[in-house]
Amino acid sequence: MKIAIASGKGGTGKTTIATNLAYAAAEQGRLAVYLDCDVEEPNGHIFLKPTVDEERPITRPVPQVDASLCNGCGACGQACQFSAIVCIGDKPLLFPKLCHSCGGCVRACPTGALSEVPREIGTLRIGRSGQLGFIEGRLNVGEAMSPPAIRAVKAAAPVADLTIIDAPPGTSCPVIESVRGCDMVLLVTEPTPFGLNDLGLAVEMVSAMKLPMRVVINRAGRDGKTREFCDRNGIRILAEIPDVRSVAEAYSRGALIAELSPTYREGMECLLDALGQGVAR
Amino acid sequence: MRIAVTAQGTDREAKVDPRFGRAKYFVVVDTESGQLEAVDNNVNLNAVQGAGIQAAQKVAALRADAVLTGNVGPKAFTALQAGKVTVYVGVVGTVREALEKFQAGQLKQATAASVEGHWL
Repeated sequence: MKIAIASGKGGTGKTTIATNLAYAAAEQGRLAVYLDCDVEEPNGHIFLKPTVDEERPITRPVPQVDASLCNGCGACGQACQFSAIVCIGDKPLLFPKLCHSCGGCVRACPTGALSEVPREIGTLRIGRSGQLGFIEGRLNVGEAMSPPAIRAVKAAAPVADLTIIDAPPGTSCPVIESVRGCDMVLLVTEPTPFGLNDLGLAVEMVSAMKLPMRVVINRAGRDGKTREFCDRNGIRILAEIPDVRSVAEAYSRGALIAELSPTYREGMECLLDALGQGVAR
Repeated sequence: MRIAVTAQGTDREAKVDPRFGRAKYFVVVDTESGQLEAVDNNVNLNAVQGAGIQAAQKVAALRADAVLTGNVGPKAFTALQAGKVTVYVGVVGTVREALEKFQAGQLKQATAASVEGHWL
């Protein structure tokens, strides 16, 4: 079972929920793995404190030119939709950061002057936190496109009973790449106007992807609008994490709330069960 | 010599467009014949990315020897260099004024990009 933890708004508690669910599942003896797909700011490691056994570069293919074979015809530049390769003067000029790795220029080249070479865009870190499998992608500073790094994280994941995917915030390509192929999307929201607005956007995205979804309200308090919204849209709220100081303190120490008290741990176990039932149905 | 000026309109009285990649028009003037040609840059004006590079390619394809504009970013500058187009930045006023200043030698040639790139 693959569950993506997502949200429209940032800072609602995706990583809190994702790390605690993964921890609780592993504590139950389930074969579980946590994937940090928030590659622009991966921070699940702060809570899971994994031992990292392997680090390897994440690369993606970009073109290189063999000047001795290039006749300057410009077919590569005409094929490229992103201006990553342009023919000015008598030879192609490359802008690797604009490249989407589609391979179009290589196919368009009539003289075989272009080939693809790997370009490093980030790092994959693979390890364990107790019995829990841990994989994190880390995008290099200045890189514009995170989906290739997210694909690398997902591709490195072993087969598991439960895969928890910690997605980046928002509703654009990185989120879609993270959520794609999951059995269930758990949307974490907060009871603020911003949280509600962005929950609406996230619901639209998940609906478009035709995936089942559930909601968790973090820092839950008096606000009834989130509940109203979910009722109106037929989305089940599986849990509410109360807005209490002990939870915030645990978070600020980098501690898991499931370790805080049996109540929270049981809460996470209930949440796992409810998600499992949602997938089974 | 062929001089390209980024412009908000199509004639000599048009204002210089301070943007290079997303300039509205390129007004190209042949200094020997005095002939003027205005080229629409609408495609790049709305490009998501790579506008500067595309614009540089266009200017090179128009066989311009120099371009007069407000600012040029790093990728456009690299592309213009590859196309052997000399770059003059900080140009203001009308196309006519820009050309007069250029011919009087009052414009300074840029040796690097004058602004940061967008996003990348």
